[in-house]
Amino acid sequence: MIKAKGKPLDDIIRMVEGYKKILIAGCDGCVTVCEAGGRKEVEILAAALRLYFAQKDAEVKIDETSLTRQCDMEYLDVLSDRMGGYDAVVSLACGAGIQYMAERYADKPVFPGVDTCFIGVSLERGVWGERCQACGACILADTGGVCPVARCSKRMLNGPCGGSSKGKCEINPEVDCGWQLIYNRLKTLGQLDRFECPVDPKNWATSRDGGPRKLVKEDVRI
Amino acid sequence: MRLQYPPNIRIVRVPCTGRVDQIHLLKAFEDGADGVFVAGCLEGDCHYLQGNIRARKRVNRVKQILDKVGIGGGRLEMYNLSAGMGPRFAEIAREMTKKILELGPSPIRLVKEKAKKGAEEVAA
Repeated sequence: MIKAKGKPLDDIIRMVEGYKKILIAGCDGCVTVCEAGGRKEVEILAAALRLYFAQKDAEVKIDETSLTRQCDMEYLDVLSDRMGGYDAVVSLACGAGIQYMAERYADKPVFPGVDTCFIGVSLERGVWGERCQACGACILADTGGVCPVARCSKRMLNGPCGGSSKGKCEINPEVDCGWQLIYNRLKTLGQLDRFECPVDPKNWATSRDGGPRKLVKEDVRI
Repeated sequence: MRLQYPPNIRIVRVPCTGRVDQIHLLKAFEDGADGVFVAGCLEGDCHYLQGNIRARKRVNRVKQILDKVGIGGGRLEMYNLSAGMGPRFAEIAREMTKKILELGPSPIRLVKEKAKKGAEEVAA
């Protein structure tokens, strides 16, 4: 799922300073799972902002809500009746949700309450790790189920490089070498012959290099 | 033991300090509390193993928030003591009350009182 972290409170305060009726909108999807933008985080941010404005004796209305998802119009529509009562929104959804909120309510300033980080997994409570960069052309079948795009610092398709030492990456001794992980896994699977067939350069046009992407599935379109 | 401690402290009972969430602490300040202290079991003695350790982390997080919103993290503290340490509880209660008195009323309470006074004047 998409992983995000809350923006520093100072930054959020700076963004909303001057507005009088603010809606804090969470998302019940990915950002709830990574504890960055769910109902709980909405409550905490709203309480913090209320305290900030109250101690300044500024009359600012701060309301709270959380939508099933902010990346689907039908869930954003739920706010249409009450949106007129606000002059700014802080969205705690991922970058996609924040933008869709801004698109749906074009006349409202929409501010990001989180920094969206990556597509990843929960390593342990409170710790998440990156696993996918959404390159648009998955090569996990050839790399033992470990992605060199996401897990090799250089995104090498034929690794490891000379910076791999004792299973760690040269950028940081705490970062596993992606290619060491691939080697270990292929060894377990008895597929080390994979290293004898270097792969051709990847077509990055399906990744960000091809510009903003759009996905169309004709079979499910209405 | 007939221990004496300041009467202006309101005790909110929870099954374990692990139940205390960030929002509970923030709400207390929103409602005008001048200070809050969380009294958890001694570290290593939690019946739920880590409740008090987790509470301390949350308290520290809320202290940071309070610093940033102009209330001051010093108004919130976490203490560890056992249920059998009555005299220590009274001592902490006195210590915390003294500290909060020195800090003065919470800015939130001052604003609330000003608003209340204003409303009374209008009514009169």
